[in-house]
Amino acid sequence: MQTYYSDLLVIGAGLAGERIAVESADAGFDVIVLSIVPARRSHSSAAQGGMQAALGNSAMGEGDNPDVHFADTVKGSDWGCDQEVARMFADTAPIEMRRLAHWGVPWNRVVPGKSFYFKGGEKFEKVEKEEKAGLITARSFGGTAKWRTCYTSDGTGHAVMCTMDNRCAQLGIDVRDRKEAISLIHDGETCFGAIVRCLRTGKLEVYLSKATAVCTGGFGRIYKATTNAVICDGGGHIIAHDTGVVPVGNPEAIQFHPTGIVPTDILVTEGCRGDGGTLLDVNEERFMQIYEPDKAELASRDVVSRWMTHHMRQGKGVKSAYGEHLWLDIRHLGDQHISTKLREVDEICHYFLGVDPRTQLIPVRPTQHYTMAGIRTNKDGAVYGLKGLYAAGEVACWDMHGFNRLGGNSLAETVVAGGIIGAKVAEYLKGCETVFKTELVKQALNKQEERIADLISGKNGKEDVYSVRGELQDALMEGCFVFRNGKDLEACVTKLQGVLERSKHVGLRSNGIGANHELAAALKVHGQVKLGMCIAKAALERTESRGSHTREDYPERNDQDWLNRTLAYWPEGADMPDLKYEDASPVFELPPGDRGYGGGKIIPADPEMVKSKTITK
Amino acid sequence: MNRELQFNIFRYNPQDPNSVPHMQKFSLNETENMTLFIALNRLREEQDPSLIFDFCCRAGICGACAMVINGRPGLACQTKTKEMHPEITLLPLPVYKLVGDLSVDTGVWFREMYSKVESWVHTSTVFDPAAEEERMDNSVAEQVYELERCIECGCCVAACGTARLRDDFLGAASLNRIARFVVDPRDQRSDKEYFEVIGNDNGIFGCMGLLACEDVCPKQLPLQNQLGFLRRKMGITAIKSIF
Ligand SMILES: Cc1cc2nc3c(=O)[nH]c(=O)nc-3n(C[C@H](O)[C@H](O)[C@H](O)COP(=O)(O)OP(=O)(O)OC[C@H]3O[C@@H](n4cnc5c(N)ncnc54)[C@H](O)[C@@H]3O)c2cc1C
Ligand code: SF4
Ligand code: SF4
Ligand code: FES
Repeated sequence: MQTYYSDLLVIGAGLAGERIAVESADAGFDVIVLSIVPARRSHSSAAQGGMQAALGNSAMGEGDNPDVHFADTVKGSDWGCDQEVARMFADTAPIEMRRLAHWGVPWNRVVPGKSFYFKGGEKFEKVEKEEKAGLITARSFGGTAKWRTCYTSDGTGHAVMCTMDNRCAQLGIDVRDRKEAISLIHDGETCFGAIVRCLRTGKLEVYLSKATAVCTGGFGRIYKATTNAVICDGGGHIIAHDTGVVPVGNPEAIQFHPTGIVPTDILVTEGCRGDGGTLLDVNEERFMQIYEPDKAELASRDVVSRWMTHHMRQGKGVKSAYGEHLWLDIRHLGDQHISTKLREVDEICHYFLGVDPRTQLIPVRPTQHYTMAGIRTNKDGAVYGLKGLYAAGEVACWDMHGFNRLGGNSLAETVVAGGIIGAKVAEYLKGCETVFKTELVKQALNKQEERIADLISGKNGKEDVYSVRGELQDALMEGCFVFRNGKDLEACVTKLQGVLERSKHVGLRSNGIGANHELAAALKVHGQVKLGMCIAKAALERTESRGSHTREDYPERNDQDWLNRTLAYWPEGADMPDLKYEDASPVFELPPGDRGYGGGKIIPADPEMVKSKTITK
Repeated sequence: MNRELQFNIFRYNPQDPNSVPHMQKFSLNETENMTLFIALNRLREEQDPSLIFDFCCRAGICGACAMVINGRPGLACQTKTKEMHPEITLLPLPVYKLVGDLSVDTGVWFREMYSKVESWVHTSTVFDPAAEEERMDNSVAEQVYELERCIECGCCVAACGTARLRDDFLGAASLNRIARFVVDPRDQRSDKEYFEVIGNDNGIFGCMGLLACEDVCPKQLPLQNQLGFLRRKMGITAIKSIF
């Protein structure tokens, strides 16, 4: 059995993880980064659209600044976010984009002169200024007042991920792939590292560290229909939550993206709508302008997903062997635009649908896409409940997204949070001395060895892991999707209780030797069901509609009772999460108000409370 | 419409002392819009949970699922079964170390490559957080991005005769990587410095120019052009260094 030591152990080599690693290594600390797959295959590289930062260089971004970005983010969150965090984020994003440019990201740049763009199917003209030539340009994304999404063609995530990984190589950071953390080593107060399964040999390894950062991305894979990569399965959430002392923040806040393709649920970027693509119904008619006259297709994702579902319920969906869907139309953008700026979309249509988007419509429907839910941290990225444990990126509930994150804000979050939290980690490490208790390490290791032996021998039963996972996925699709209500949520919770029980009796059919996938799946399925239960239970309790959480039986946003964040704890041995609540934001720079889109009634918060928490900047 | 697909899959688990390399047959009912991603996952979940293979994005953008599909390296997730003969043979990529069955270790290979070609922007400028970004012509940015589209699937290396014969050959992906930095104005390395890395048989002069790499690249990267570009550029550098 191998043991490795480092000052900082980063679990997850996506953009957030590598950005933290770079910041800490720059400060002189010794860092090991672990990942299930080679870093560049992380889900960060799948992001096509871009990342938001208020640089204000492009003509349509003129007058943009961090204040406007901040306001968009808070409105997007439906006032569910921590405004101190949203402020830090908006202020730092432009610096991070420039830093990325310095490290090598080939951002698209301002080209002076006249050009055309589309909005709602109509053609408009814009003129880029001569004096801005060569500065980082931006495109339009849903829910934003200005064009502020920085991009590299349609491979933003890929390009930024390459640059970040290059930076790690340059600094000599030890990035190890095919390593999966399966539990944290902790004593209930402090985290000392992780037990890790090598996905080449199947052997367990011990990683001891003064600080640990969980950066494992989202957990979309607990839903059946998701745009997420197969490795976005909640591994990081599970090991933190399993300690019993770490809460998952806002588990009910799950984002559904309007344009997952049918049937494979691969995402076609919001850039399609940003660049002027339209949504059509069974009659090939536009409908978003009926519901959202102002923003139409460019309203935020929760709003568009709801109206799409609503419209399909009105009988306007296209019937198919895989259920109903709608159409995305980008034909009018033309060959030149599609084959340069939307090339990935073109490829996806070609390879997975056999469709040419220049002449044909793309079948789409809302699909699970992003988890605002995550390991709850404070504004320094320190995880609630365990000292020395940090989290950043999609895995974390830092919480700048509240109940709905805006397109382009999460990729930007990974590097902004990674930078800020990386510096906080370095600060923590500076004064840090620690003692690793061998008994504690041995216990943690034995526990995992025992679990594995039991799964292989079938000691606890012979339940099939894939079938248990399938039942979890179905339950969430039925009870916790775009629209929710009390009756379905109760049914979902009851169903999940059964699935939770089944998950305790999983046993392998194969021998579990080496890089065995069945074992990997079996090790996390119980934790996945627990996450599912947190979503369902928190959604059932939250009797209001906010951001992506829509209760048909409680359509109002209720600031009087629910201007708060759910914290779902799972004490050891419990069979239900323990839900606690905290204020959504310690202060208001922007007091709760109307988002300006999405409609819906608001039950206002106590004006005295709002006044006492409102600050000016 | 519903065809019965016959799969012939390479099996070997190097971690299991009882395992011997062999081909195993599976059969599966084809469904609409089936890809090898869907098929392999069904085989694992329904028939043999010990099957080892890699997928990540399942959308043709991460490069995890490269394998030899009916004799040709390609991405399994974007291969539709309906475009294939019902008998499908799957083998792991050659050149890379085998993890098990269809899974190979591309991660370590590429990470070693980064340090060989020093895959990062070499610059002496220091980042100033208070300053405006350095300007760049959009067409240059697009040119750099074009070369950065490589997803490190390893297909080009697996298809390359030279790479199969000599494990010190850099391969098309690495040469393309160098080209990416050569065209990037932010990188201050001189042609002579690049020449030291690739101006030999392990680099541009080991290539037989048969184009297999470009043929199989799922991102259609212009690998041959890059080789030609580097060769010309390095040729000039070589001549200069004689005088
Ligand atoms: C299809 C798609 C398109 C998107 N487009 C955009 C966009 O245009 N703009 C935008 O802002 N956002 C976009 N997003 C969201 C954004 O890409 C993600 O939120 C973000 O990249 C997450 O980054 P991350 O660093 O937190 O995690 P990831 O990039 O997901 O990385 C997670 C890392 O953790 C590792 N890991 C996981 N579990 C373990 C474990 N147990 N042990 C060890 N390692 C582990 C993985 O191997 C991986 O390295 C998109 C998302 C999707 C799904
Ligand atoms: S052209 Fe050169 S690099 Fe490409 S496959 Fe042939 S020998 Fe290999
Ligand atoms: S150059 Fe093409 S074939 Fe080679 S690794 Fe990159 S994407 Fe794959
Ligand atoms: S799984 Fe990502 S390219 Fe095939």
